Amino acid sequence: MEINIQKNVLEANETEADRNRKYFNENNVFVLNMMSSPGSGKTETLCKTLTKLAPKIRVGVLVGDICTTNDADRLAVTGAKVLQINTDQFGGDCHLAAHVVEKYALELGCEDLDLLIVENIGNLVCPAEFDIGEDAKAVMLSVTEGEDKPLKYPVIFQVADIAILNKIDLLPYLDFDAGLAVENMKKVHPQIPVFEIAAKTEEGLEPWIQWLKEKVAQKIGRK
Amino acid sequence: MHEMGIAEQLAQIAIDSIPADIENPKVEIVNLRIGKMAAIVEHSLTFCFEIIVKDTPLEGARLEIDFVPVMVHCTGCDNEWEVEGPVFQCPNCKEGKVEMLSGREIQITSIELV
Ligand SMILES: Nc1nc2c(ncn2[C@@H]2O[C@H](COP(=O)(O)OP(=O)(O)OP(=O)(O)O)[C@@H](O)[C@H]2O)c(=O)[nH]1
Ligand SMILES: [Mg+2]
Ligand SMILES: [Zn+2]
Repeated sequence: MEINIQKNVLEANETEADRNRKYFNENNVFVLNMMSSPGSGKTETLCKTLTKLAPKIRVGVLVGDICTTNDADRLAVTGAKVLQINTDQFGGDCHLAAHVVEKYALELGCEDLDLLIVENIGNLVCPAEFDIGEDAKAVMLSVTEGEDKPLKYPVIFQVADIAILNKIDLLPYLDFDAGLAVENMKKVHPQIPVFEIAAKTEEGLEPWIQWLKEKVAQKIGRK
Repeated sequence: MHEMGIAEQLAQIAIDSIPADIENPKVEIVNLRIGKMAAIVEHSLTFCFEIIVKDTPLEGARLEIDFVPVMVHCTGCDNEWEVEGPVFQCPNCKEGKVEMLSGREIQITSIELV
């Protein structure tokens, strides 16, 4: 006997993501989901970026880190409200699921925020699959990784709204071809805006900060 | 990597779909539709599924996967085609915005009881 079902297996996550979206919209907070391989420089980029947004833009950060609170401590000095996410045991150590984001977003409280950044777990596969109710997804690649990453992990570059190429201060010391990396990103996602930055030296941060400010302004309707 | 979570959801939906009036139900096949661009590794999913369904009506059930091609549409020139590699540029106009029509689904379509 065959029983017809026709259901999306990720339906539960999507229902929870919709609930998050509603909560974020009610509070007019722009939510960015930041994804990359481990060590690409998400936390460093946020540290340098957030100090330039405060106090005009009120920022919150949820940082998914498997076993330490290092990232949360680094981010706390920027003046942002920061909460460390401890991922749950099953299927939670490679990405943040919507219900996990919900729990921590409620604990952090979005009522007094303009921008919420979710630093996802360092991974280029799983986070792409899970909607968390965000307004936009950013994917980061660093020049120490390899120009072909976008072709090897096309889904994440395809679903991202913007891409950041980080650590360009190291280009003189490597044979990484930045032009080729950007070209590969555009093969996977022709219209994707790419910001080339060095979080460490703060080179190239301005256009990315401008992008964030515009998104926040649009969301809170001050534009 | 996230296949454990997917397998759990899958098993839950399958179990909830078994009619309550069947005595000692035993599921033989679970039919799935999985997009070629969904990040699912078949053998990890099978492996996780086998662990999850121990001592349930799904124990021993086989996963039958129908892989769905990645179909895209160019909003610039209305072209539609199947993407086979990681390249999403429109082969016709080169610059149109490309939207995905299929290829990312993770669906359970039916279960077959013994
Ligand atoms: N040279 C250079 N190093 C950088 C830059 N950005 C980050 N780093 C270094 O790269 C390492 C990893 O940076 P993080 O910001 O911790 O990276 P992450 O993406 O948050 O890492 P996970 O949270 O573990 O996934 C640190 O040692 C940083 O100092 C950069 O622009 N240039
Ligand atoms: Mg980090
Ligand atoms: Zn076209």
